[in-house]
Amino acid sequence: MNVLLDNFPAFRDGFIGTVSITAVSSLIALVLGVVVAGFRVSPVPPLRYFGTAWVTLMRNTPLTLLFLIFFFVVPEILFPGMSPFVLGSLALGFYTSSFVCEAVRSGINTVPLGQAEAARSIGMTFAQTLQIVVLPQATRTVIPPLSSIFIALTKNSAIAGAFSNAELFGWQKLMSDKGYDIVPVFIWVAIGYLIITFTISGLFRLLERRMEVAR
Amino acid sequence: MSGVSVTKDAEDAAPAANDLVVLSNVNKHFGALHVLQDIDLTIARGEVVVVIGPSGSGKSTLCRTINRLETVDSGAISIDGKPLPQEGKELARLRADVGMVFQSFNLFAHKTVLENVMLGQIKVRKADKKAAEEKARTLLDRVGVGVQADKYPAQLSGGQQQRVAIARALAMDPKVMLFDEPTSALDPEMINEVLEVMQQLARDGMTMIVVTHEMGFARSAANRVVFMADGKIVEEAAPEQFFSNPRSDRAKDFLSKILHH
Repeated sequence: MNVLLDNFPAFRDGFIGTVSITAVSSLIALVLGVVVAGFRVSPVPPLRYFGTAWVTLMRNTPLTLLFLIFFFVVPEILFPGMSPFVLGSLALGFYTSSFVCEAVRSGINTVPLGQAEAARSIGMTFAQTLQIVVLPQATRTVIPPLSSIFIALTKNSAIAGAFSNAELFGWQKLMSDKGYDIVPVFIWVAIGYLIITFTISGLFRLLERRMEVAR
Repeated sequence: MSGVSVTKDAEDAAPAANDLVVLSNVNKHFGALHVLQDIDLTIARGEVVVVIGPSGSGKSTLCRTINRLETVDSGAISIDGKPLPQEGKELARLRADVGMVFQSFNLFAHKTVLENVMLGQIKVRKADKKAAEEKARTLLDRVGVGVQADKYPAQLSGGQQQRVAIARALAMDPKVMLFDEPTSALDPEMINEVLEVMQQLARDGMTMIVVTHEMGFARSAANRVVFMADGKIVEEAAPEQFFSNPRSDRAKDFLSKILHH
C-alpha cells in the first residue's frame, strides 16, 4: 500500500529521467550560454545582433510554448524522428542558455576593462582575450547565479514530462491515475527534486569555495 | 601638414624609411569634446619622445590611438610603414609589435608574474613553453623582480607590478613601447625603480613614446618633448630647449605651475 515501494521501478525511471534531462540540457545551456555571451560582447556587429536576438527570443518565450514549437514544429520542418528526450533537452537547454548568457555577461562586466586592454595590447585576438584572460576571472562572479539558474532548470524539466518524457513529475500523474492518495505522491516527488537541487547547490558551493582558495 | 612646427632631433636628417610611427592629421572626438585635433607626429626608430601636458589635453588618448585601443575619427596612423588595420587578426598581429604599459599596470590578476610574461609569447608568438619561460625569467631579472616570479600580481608592490608589466611588453620583442603615465599610480618612493628601468630601455635604443608627468625623466631620457594642450600639439622641442626656453605661452604657463614648488 506504500506508493513508493509498490511503484519503485517507475519512480526510479522518473528520477533518472529528470536527472538525465537536467544534465543534458544544463550542458547545452552552459556551452551555448557562454558562446552567446561571447557573441554579445564581440566587436563584430552581426554576432552582437545575433546574441541579443537569441536572448530576447529565448528568454521571453514561455517555456511551454517553446516545448510546443520543439515538439510539433521543429520535427515537421527540420529534423523528423528526433526522440522526445533530445527535443526536450534542446528546448530546455536553449531556453536556459539565454539566462546563462546574461549571467556570464554580467560576470564579464565585472572584470576590469584594463585586463582585456592588456591582453589585446600584447596581440591576443578577441577570442583569446575572452578565453584566456576575461572568462577565467569572470567565473567566480558567475557561479552563484548559475547555481540558481540550474536549479530552476531542474524544476522546469517537469514540463518535459508532459511531452512524453519519463521524469519525476510524470510519475505523479501516473500514480494519481492509479488512484493513490495525492499527498504522499507529491511528498515523494518533492523529495526526488530536493535530492537533485541540493546536489546542484552543494556542487556549486564547493566550486565557489575552491575558487576562493585559488585567489 | 598643418601649421604645427616640427622640430626634429639635431642629429637626424631623418629619411622616411627611418620613421617608425607616423600620425598624420589625426582627429578624434569624445562626443562633443574634440580630444585630438589635427595631430601630426612622426617618431623615428630609436627615438624617445615624451608627451607632457595638463590633464585632459589628450595625451593619453594619443598614446592609446597608436595601438588602436582608441579608434580615430579621421587621419592616418602607420607603424613601420603599415597603416593600422581594422579590428581583427591583422590588428592583433600589429599590436604584438607595439608594447604598451598602462597607468594601472593591468597585469593578469589570475596568472602568476612568470605566467604574465610567458602568456603572450606562447599564445601570440607561439613560442614553446621552455623558451618562453627562459626568456620571461631573463626579462624579470632584467627589471629586478626575478625573485617574485611565482607570486600573483596582487602580492607585489605597485612599482614591482609596473616593472613586471614592462617585462611582459618586452617579451613580445616590440618595435616600439608606449607608456601611458606609467608612474602616475605609484607611491613616490616607487617611481624611481620604474623610471630606472625605462631609462635603461632608452639607453638600449628602444623606440619609446612616454606620456608622463615626470619632468626629470623627460629631461634625462627624452630626445624630444611634445607638449600637448586642449587636444593639440602646442610645441615640440629638445628637452633642454623646452624646459629652459619654451616658446609658447601655454607651455610657459604649464611649466611655471609644475616647476615652482
